[in-house]
Amino acid sequence: MSTGRKIRVLAAKPGLDGHDRGIKVICHALRDAGMEVIYTGLRQTPEQIVSTAVQEDVDVIAMSVLSGAHDYLFPRVMDLVREKGLKDVLVLGGGIIPDEDIPALKTAGINEIFGPGTYTSDIIRYIQDNVKQKS
Amino acid sequence: MCDSDKLNTLKAKQKAWQEKAEAKLAKAPERKKDFTTLSEVPVERIYTPADIADQDYEQDLAFPGEYPFTRGVQPTMYRGRFWTMRQYAGFASAEESNRRYKYLLEQGQTGLSVAFDLPTQIGYDSDHSLSQGEVGKVGVAIDSLEDMETLFNGIPLDKVSTSMTINAPAAILLAMYIGVAEKQGVSSKELNGTIQNDILKEYSSRGTYIFPPLPSLRIITNIFEYCATEVPKWNTISISGYHIREAGSTAVQEVAFTLANGIAYVEAAQKAGLSVDTIGPRLSFFFNAHLDFLEEIAKYRAARRLWAKLMKERFGAKDPRTMMVRFHTQTAGCSLTAQQPKNNIVRVAYQALSAVLGGTQSLHTNSMDEALSLPTEEAVQVALRTQQIVAYETGVTETVDPLAGSYYIEHLTKTIEEKAMDYIRQIDDLGGAAMAIEKGFIQKEIQESAYHYQKAIETGDRVVVGLNKFQVQEPAPKNLLRVDLQVQELQKQKLNRLRSSRNNEKVQACLAELKKSAQGTENLMPSILESVRAYATLGEICDTLRSVFGEYTAVSTL
Repeated sequence: MSTGRKIRVLAAKPGLDGHDRGIKVICHALRDAGMEVIYTGLRQTPEQIVSTAVQEDVDVIAMSVLSGAHDYLFPRVMDLVREKGLKDVLVLGGGIIPDEDIPALKTAGINEIFGPGTYTSDIIRYIQDNVKQKS
Repeated sequence: MCDSDKLNTLKAKQKAWQEKAEAKLAKAPERKKDFTTLSEVPVERIYTPADIADQDYEQDLAFPGEYPFTRGVQPTMYRGRFWTMRQYAGFASAEESNRRYKYLLEQGQTGLSVAFDLPTQIGYDSDHSLSQGEVGKVGVAIDSLEDMETLFNGIPLDKVSTSMTINAPAAILLAMYIGVAEKQGVSSKELNGTIQNDILKEYSSRGTYIFPPLPSLRIITNIFEYCATEVPKWNTISISGYHIREAGSTAVQEVAFTLANGIAYVEAAQKAGLSVDTIGPRLSFFFNAHLDFLEEIAKYRAARRLWAKLMKERFGAKDPRTMMVRFHTQTAGCSLTAQQPKNNIVRVAYQALSAVLGGTQSLHTNSMDEALSLPTEEAVQVALRTQQIVAYETGVTETVDPLAGSYYIEHLTKTIEEKAMDYIRQIDDLGGAAMAIEKGFIQKEIQESAYHYQKAIETGDRVVVGLNKFQVQEPAPKNLLRVDLQVQELQKQKLNRLRSSRNNEKVQACLAELKKSAQGTENLMPSILESVRAYATLGEICDTLRSVFGEYTAVSTL
């Protein structure tokens, strides 16, 4: 950590899914762990998410999808992350994501996938260990 | 009941017993310091007649089928007939969902429950840019009457009852259902079923809203009014605590926020000139069956008693049917674990039993694999068999409300009722449920409970078997049901065919008429029905309404 800047996280709900219990719990937990969290609210397009990530200069994008649309939405977000030249941003996905989908999502560039039952403390530790914080 | 001397003696004896029990605690302590229900209601070591001494049988419990309906809404309950076994289903295309419905009916299911995909629920056609990746995923994709005809192909609509989980575009899907019935030669007056049509909980908990609250409430009251004469057997709304609970609320909050929403609908109908006894008998409810077995049973009983009192005392209802909470129950999806999924069969069985002991009118039992994906046919069969076992084998159906009179159940029923009423008063002070949502009050209350629950799991204060205790290493689950992106392409092709084969002038004329109705104050149902009959798509109808009503923007609560 090069400066005292807090880790900045964009918590996002891509697609039309309305299940926001998980992402809201994570927002609370990350804030309690001293991070700055911006929550997009529901129904964000991949374009909106990446554009907010640029504007807010975040270190982490944490997305949650429980509708099964992760197979389309997560890779789409990664395409845009590359297109916009966002570097050193840790991108995480969570929700109802079958194990067999994880390799393809990681190949697309998602750093880590967290499934049902994940502890918020594990997510916090993962972010702290892997974030490449900007100065 | 005890007279006061007897009660005082009992209290004195109980105190002595308590002291004796506590004297032993130093040597043999209890498992934990504080015992509470899942919803953090304190639980005492024992309950005795002293805990329910202030309750009056005739006033507070009464007989089943009689006010305040604590013991159930029918005199004979399951001795007459079992609850409707209704598994929520739908995925991919109308063809595939139609096959699943026929399978479920063959397996002895007694009612249908349609799950729509998110684009349908939010009023976008399958070829809309926002539908990308979502088509057919969490339910069936319905773009027009044509899809609806396929969905119910070979299913006689005068013989089944159908529940549709549809809210913001409920009027349109109901119109499509009526449209299919017409083609089958079935009058709308014969149709049985339910539309969820509960927009307030979409704003607070479930997220499939389209329009702002005011026009949404107008659409809802239009449906109430239309159905009162045209579809008289239809349940025009299913006021839903289920999703409030899934979003993380406690049992008390589930009752409170659901009934507060119910109050808002009754008030909206009254403002539109409909009397409480015109719409009241067609209101239905939907609750969650969560993990705390006894608390859940008390919850259903408390909801029944509280709603009956509210309808009678606050709204002056005269018709007993207005005062009845008739409800559907679904077991708690949020209680399922992705770890050791077979354990979920057991959870679901207890949850189903609580719903039955609480007097539900219909029931969906979750499948063991639903923390991972949509359920496979095999998993659905086990889930359906679970409620058939409760119905046919356990014996709990042979007498009505068998747990009535239990000191604990009655005490807890009263506690939940009182705590829920405290919340309803707070919501009244904020200006009612719609305002409480606008101010973020309900969302924040739910969020805080959800966070609290998660922390309790992570600290181990709350044990979830297989998740934070008794874990095993297990292989990744196989054979999950998947909906591939192809469904989207097929829907797009169907839409293209439809748009080139229908009478587009007629469609435009219908939509123009609908727009005029929306700008005015008349009932929207007739012009929606005309548009549907002309094969206007769901997206076209919703866009027409969006152009008049605008779209809802959620309030930020984080």
